Amino acid sequence: MYAQMVTSEATQDDPEKLAAFQARIDAGEKIEPKEWMPEGYRKTLIRQIGQHAHSEIVGQLPEGNWITRAPTLERKAILLAKVQDEAGHGLYLYCAAETLGVSRDELTEALLAGKMKYSSIFNYPTLTWADIGAVGWLVDGAAIMNQVPLQRTSFGPYSRAMIRICKEESFHQRQGFDIMRKMATGTDAQRHMAQDALNRFWYPSLMMFGPSDKDSVHSAQSMRWKIKMNTNDELRQKFVDQTVPQAEYLGLTVPDPDLRWNAEKGGYDFTEPDWSEFFEVLKGNGPCNAERLAARQKAWDDGAWVRGGLMAHAAKQAAAPVAAE
Amino acid sequence: MSAEWPLWEIFIRGQHGLNHRHVGSLHAPDAEMAMRHARDVYTRRNEGVSIWVVPSAAITASSPSDKGPMFEPSQDKVYRHPSFFDIPDEIGHM
Repeated sequence: MYAQMVTSEATQDDPEKLAAFQARIDAGEKIEPKEWMPEGYRKTLIRQIGQHAHSEIVGQLPEGNWITRAPTLERKAILLAKVQDEAGHGLYLYCAAETLGVSRDELTEALLAGKMKYSSIFNYPTLTWADIGAVGWLVDGAAIMNQVPLQRTSFGPYSRAMIRICKEESFHQRQGFDIMRKMATGTDAQRHMAQDALNRFWYPSLMMFGPSDKDSVHSAQSMRWKIKMNTNDELRQKFVDQTVPQAEYLGLTVPDPDLRWNAEKGGYDFTEPDWSEFFEVLKGNGPCNAERLAARQKAWDDGAWVRGGLMAHAAKQAAAPVAAE
Repeated sequence: MSAEWPLWEIFIRGQHGLNHRHVGSLHAPDAEMAMRHARDVYTRRNEGVSIWVVPSAAITASSPSDKGPMFEPSQDKVYRHPSFFDIPDEIGHM
């Protein structure tokens, strides 16, 4: 889940309009950008879609780290394609957020100023090639859990971006699983690397869904508005239930001694991640927070002359008399 | 120069014989760059055989508040649909 702990905004709109708006959502209608919407709906969506977009962009960094060191040319081409997809996903989402009246530059500046977040998961390093497998298998797997239901979200542009993203995302998860499978059936050293990657990425992946929100007023409001489709706990449970058999197939051990099948609830009982670690990472104290933001800042600063130069060129071309050709 | 690149709407013809369809938007300094970006952002998986890029500012859209006057008048003109007319069974397909 790329949007964590999105607080909903209080809304002070005309109650009659609010009720009519809610009725449209309850009837399954999509809300389009120019239509009336509560201020709280607009602001919450900007925050959520923006955070989701930032996550796609920052998410390129841990994977980009391995492009030059991919073990074969084929793996390199696949990883390049995957990282390029993430850039595309970021762009679809920024465009969706912009329809709500915020500009691309404002979103980027809010990220760089620390006013907007990206997913906690991208503050963990990718230390070995097996980590690239674990990221695809677990991180993209967790993201899909959240993104598939969001295809039905009430805001039209967000829903359409999610539909496009979901079409492309299953390639990401499969390529990760494929790397893990290769490693898990390889030499002892490779198997060890695969297990080590699972050990390090398991709990951070569970954190992606955010802490339990069964009592959260923000989540309740977002669910009423169909900005959020499931509770964090529901999605986390679904993820564990789906992933554990896959780990067993790979012959890898999920790093949770208390993990067991609970026939009564039809799902696994599992250990919650360390939420104090999660909050530390959100506060900026994760292993790679400073590095990630510095990379985004550098890209923004180093790209300034290109952005400006191309605009200047376009203005000059537009002004040039046609007869000169 | 701090002006943001303008927004472009992207339309793609998925296959020969079909209409161009709106697929999304992107920022670019000019039409040529919009075309290059559209190719990278929207046709990574064989999605198209032709691309149109249009400055978003050039599009005039109907207003949501005009939805009633714009579209409701056609609702009571059911005779515009062929199913309005009864054709005797003996006539067969028409």
